[in-house]
Amino acid sequence: MHHVVLEQWSRRASRVHALDPRAKLVVTLLLLIAIATSPALGGAQFAAYAGLLAAVVLAAGLPPGGVALRAGIVLPFAGALAVMNWLAGDVARSVAILLKSYLSVFAALVLVGTTPVARLFAGLERLGAPRSLVLVLQFLYRYLFVISEQAQHMRLAAQSRGALERAPRRTRLRAPASAVAVLFARSYRRAEAVYQAMLARGFAGHVEPVAPLRLAGKDLLAAGAASGAILAIRLGL
Amino acid sequence: MCGEPLIEVVNLRFRYEDGTAALDGVDFRLSASETVALLGPNGSGKTTFLLHLNGLLQGEGEVRVCGLKVEKQNLAAIRRKVGLLFQDPDEQLFMPSVLEDVAFGPLSAGVPPEEALRRARQALAQVGMAEACDRAPYHLSAGEKRRVALAGVLVAEPEVLILDEPTTYLDPPGQRDLVALLRRLPQAKIIATHDVNLARALAQRAVFFERGRIVSDGPVEELIERFGWDTSAASGS
Repeated sequence: MHHVVLEQWSRRASRVHALDPRAKLVVTLLLLIAIATSPALGGAQFAAYAGLLAAVVLAAGLPPGGVALRAGIVLPFAGALAVMNWLAGDVARSVAILLKSYLSVFAALVLVGTTPVARLFAGLERLGAPRSLVLVLQFLYRYLFVISEQAQHMRLAAQSRGALERAPRRTRLRAPASAVAVLFARSYRRAEAVYQAMLARGFAGHVEPVAPLRLAGKDLLAAGAASGAILAIRLGL
Repeated sequence: MCGEPLIEVVNLRFRYEDGTAALDGVDFRLSASETVALLGPNGSGKTTFLLHLNGLLQGEGEVRVCGLKVEKQNLAAIRRKVGLLFQDPDEQLFMPSVLEDVAFGPLSAGVPPEEALRRARQALAQVGMAEACDRAPYHLSAGEKRRVALAGVLVAEPEVLILDEPTTYLDPPGQRDLVALLRRLPQAKIIATHDVNLARALAQRAVFFERGRIVSDGPVEELIERFGWDTSAASGS
């Protein structure tokens, strides 16, 4: 599973891993804005962003091939838009869409692959993201695994009853639809149970971060240097 | 420590929103260092009863824990005295890492992070899971999840442990380990279970639930025999 691999990466040790998550979040955001607003014909700029990201991947000790491959997950989605632009005769824009989406997902992967998810959420909260939103993200991440496992069990159960093979097409389509409904109902029930378990252990509306974040000089220095490089690329200096 | 009785329940009644009477006049007392098994068919009100003991549900009648009435202003204190282990450990383990999950209770109670982590490590050592601190809860086996969930309860140093079907999902060696572990814990315990071996191994006294009432209260062996509640008659929940 993707998020298991990412989690293993995020627990490695390197200078990039050790940086305060807030510094990494701000720099990533800046990079995403720079990529998104770059002109379609800025081939050299895209190459420079890619170089910058590659340097970070190497410094963090992440497997470059693994990150590059996983970033490709965005291509089918971006590909549809690119094809439309290409058919409309705008080849430069269609290439830019592919490059921009690929680089953006690559950047997000580098962030998630170098920051343990608990620290990432703590960083988001400290940067002023609404607490309830951060909590929702945290639970979404935790229970994705449980819910996907439940979905796999349901699929196996349906298969073992032969439901998906010889049935007429209507039934074949209805089975997953009702499975999604059941999954939703179960997830809802589970959410209530989790909340009860939290209350039972004294939950008072706020999950305290374990390791307090400390923004040190080296974090500011790294964030400043990276932001400077991104701005220089974007402004063509 | 608190005086006698540890838990006192007088004429407890509870109806679910749809009008179903789940508890219909329950009287119950628990003394310090006593272990009681709750037996009875599925849907007889055992879990509903347990959820009243730390105020997750509040019905008519009176529930007192260590002399404190279960009502809003006492809930925080009562939830520290009553440790509730849920049937499904996935509902209880919601933080990104084992250590953070176990530290959740003390952190929510305002204990400083360093002290909370120290207590969490100690609780994990108590259940034999000291090595698992940095692991993600969803990578654990069923038996390990159960132990970590128990550590999350023990970390608050409760006066009474409430266990809802603690052997669910456990293989026979896992069940044996859990029994041995629970035996070592000095707290008073209330155990809802269909597992008569567990009841025999841990409890001296049992109460039998039927349609929301306690219909019998006495020595475990006597109740198992009187209600034909031997292993061949019991089924999983």
